[in-house]
Amino acid sequence: MAKHETPMLDELESGPWPSFVSDMKQEAEARAKNVNNVEYQIPVDVVDDLLGVLELSYKHGRTHWKHGGIVGVFGYGGGVIGRYCDQPQEFPGVAHFHTVRVAQPAGKYYTSEYLRQIMDVWDLRGSGLTNMHGSTGDIVLLGTRTEQLEEIFYDLTHKYNTDLGGSGSNLRTPADCLGTSRCEYSCYDTNALCHFLTNEFQDELHRPAFPYKFKFKFDGCPNCCVASLARSDMAFIGTWKDDIRIDQEAVQAYIGGEIPPNGGAHAGRDWGKFDIQKEVIDLCPTGCMWMDGNELKINNKECTRCMHCINAMPRALRIGEDTGCSILVGAKAPILDGQQMGSLLVPFVEVNPDNDYEAIINYIDKIWDWWMMEGKNRERLGETIRRLSFQKLLEACDMEADVRHVAYPRENPYIFWKEEEVPGGWDRDVKEFRKYHQR
Amino acid sequence: MAFVSSGYNPDKPMENRITDIGPRHFEEFYPPVIKANKGKWLYHEILEPGVLVHVSETGDEVYTVRVGGARLMSITHIREMCDIADKHCGGYLRFTTRNNVEFMVDSKDKVEALKQDLASRKFPGGSYKFPIGGTGAGVTNIVHTQGWVHCHTPATDASGPVKATMDALFKDFQDMRLPAQLRISLACCLNMCGAVHCSDIAILGFHRKPPMIDHEYVSKNCEIPLAVAACPTSAIKPSKQVLADGTEVKSVAVNNDRCMYCGNCYTMCPSMPLADTEGDGIVIMVGGKVSNRISPPKFSKVVVSFLPNEAPRWKSTTDTISRIVEAYANDARKYERVGDWAERIGWERFFDKCELEFTHHLIDDFRDHAYYTWRQTTQFKF
Repeated sequence: MAKHETPMLDELESGPWPSFVSDMKQEAEARAKNVNNVEYQIPVDVVDDLLGVLELSYKHGRTHWKHGGIVGVFGYGGGVIGRYCDQPQEFPGVAHFHTVRVAQPAGKYYTSEYLRQIMDVWDLRGSGLTNMHGSTGDIVLLGTRTEQLEEIFYDLTHKYNTDLGGSGSNLRTPADCLGTSRCEYSCYDTNALCHFLTNEFQDELHRPAFPYKFKFKFDGCPNCCVASLARSDMAFIGTWKDDIRIDQEAVQAYIGGEIPPNGGAHAGRDWGKFDIQKEVIDLCPTGCMWMDGNELKINNKECTRCMHCINAMPRALRIGEDTGCSILVGAKAPILDGQQMGSLLVPFVEVNPDNDYEAIINYIDKIWDWWMMEGKNRERLGETIRRLSFQKLLEACDMEADVRHVAYPRENPYIFWKEEEVPGGWDRDVKEFRKYHQR
Repeated sequence: MAFVSSGYNPDKPMENRITDIGPRHFEEFYPPVIKANKGKWLYHEILEPGVLVHVSETGDEVYTVRVGGARLMSITHIREMCDIADKHCGGYLRFTTRNNVEFMVDSKDKVEALKQDLASRKFPGGSYKFPIGGTGAGVTNIVHTQGWVHCHTPATDASGPVKATMDALFKDFQDMRLPAQLRISLACCLNMCGAVHCSDIAILGFHRKPPMIDHEYVSKNCEIPLAVAACPTSAIKPSKQVLADGTEVKSVAVNNDRCMYCGNCYTMCPSMPLADTEGDGIVIMVGGKVSNRISPPKFSKVVVSFLPNEAPRWKSTTDTISRIVEAYANDARKYERVGDWAERIGWERFFDKCELEFTHHLIDDFRDHAYYTWRQTTQFKF
């Protein structure tokens, strides 16, 4: 028998898509039965009360969660989000319902052994509910009480060699696509770079010292499956400098209909026979491809590596071999001054694990130095750049301007010249001027 | 319940303390076929919706079965996934950025049994536990935020509208009939933890009423200068207020005409709540993308200014989304994303074909950027 009636939520149990309500009920029941005799450290009926307060929100059309208080583990300024219910008398099981963000392994690969270990901690010390994963990428353990926070941290670090993730004005938990581990498009090992930088910057991740949040995301190619250029302050997007590798026999196999285009992604409808001219060559944004008899030709110098031809014919075309990444900076969601896409700062940088990614770290250090000096409270990097200019960012990074930095050159001539750029400088002798120009 | 100590000693918090160790190393978790072929993959193919094969230059193959999942998952559910991974996949599994789960096997003859096992498992209410799909030119899982399950600023729920939308679009999760992939995201308020602003279709929770002010508590609970500074439109100023009992208190005043209901003040000051049953609801945005394929990445555009929160199944929202998806499926060219399609046919045609009403709310009036979104040409369609 359910503790609270949930007629509205019950309507979300039907339909084919996995029902979070059914899953929550399953967990509520498992805790009530407790077949493994777990010594639950927070109320047994925590999930019942979560269902109850959620039903109340469905009835009211309003949330019943209060602001987070300052809770966390000793020495860290992030990783735990405080949360309290605004109806604790009715729902005591969720009176405290803090979230713990746990650092996920790069690429989000797991063994069942490790996942079970984390689940065991959460069975004993939390609600038994999770998000796999949060938007930023962490394993999110949803709902525990303040007195369990240090215990959870101790268990995670001592028994399972696992740390907390980031929250607040610090480096947020970096996240990546699966990269070269299982994708032929990936131009660098995203898992390795993500893991390395996450460890390199543990202090920045755990102890808030920034003007606001800061996100790294790692996409292996310009398809951008983790949306780095839409949502990270620094997006590391794989790219290449040399030629797309062509297997002409496979090109003919696509033309002959022996291999389905786009890796079979369009198999749900009859789109007619594959037409390389219409589907690949004519859709190339730079028009740098053509057929020369039976040979597909690419003028690689004009290619902007949009990935369309490679996506459309993955068995015939492969990314180049001189690979690295582009760095785009300043992406963010609309709060506060409007949404921003990442802007290209570094067209190409090597991704070299042998020197601990020296070239990449160099850019990170310079950007952080500048932003920590110039950024205002609650100002994302992209907003600082807009307020102070892209030129100032280039100076901070010791970089020269490059036409690749712009979509097009400025449309107004309101150029701020530097004094040293103009012969003679700003200080002039007005008396000398007046000798030739009457008042 | 007796307290179970982890070994942590609250009197000596620094004793044996371990910090700053980061995540576990990813190589511990690679299935053997992934470890052996990393960086050697030649190509992939989607064999059927939800089933992929990746072929390595060594001749090895890995078969992946992708299943959808609610992002909100119980440990009982995750342990069931672990059982499946143990039974079929040598104890390995992975999650995708879009909250899907991937089970991998190293030969084709293991795929059928895995698929059947996954497809056979259902919750008592009838929904699939592990629906196979989410690949290619179809609809994959919706990335979303916390909503009423766990957040203090949402203007809608997250898990509920997502469940309702995925039920409505379930056929397209298990099919690949669309002109290109279609990515849907939900953020339950303007803060957009989910960064939905570059999605083919974005479901966005939105408040429509300025904050209420709990004058008696503003100066007790908040730093007034921080609340004032938090407002992006400078709508908040410090003020003195007289309470019903005659006490004068320091508080704030809000210029309601300037408020755009972002809730940033509420984040800084809990005495300025803005949630409201009638005021809160959903905005629909379309046409964004993050891929650089063919056209550059794009922001999503607001095409529906408001839909009410119709818990528990958000019918107006799912009907509107279904209509947009059908219009796109019927009219777009192969490889065209929603935004590419809308730009080719023109937004005036987009509103016709999707049977959406254009209102004054949809003309940008926020800051300088607005001007660049107005039509500065005589080219338009009647």
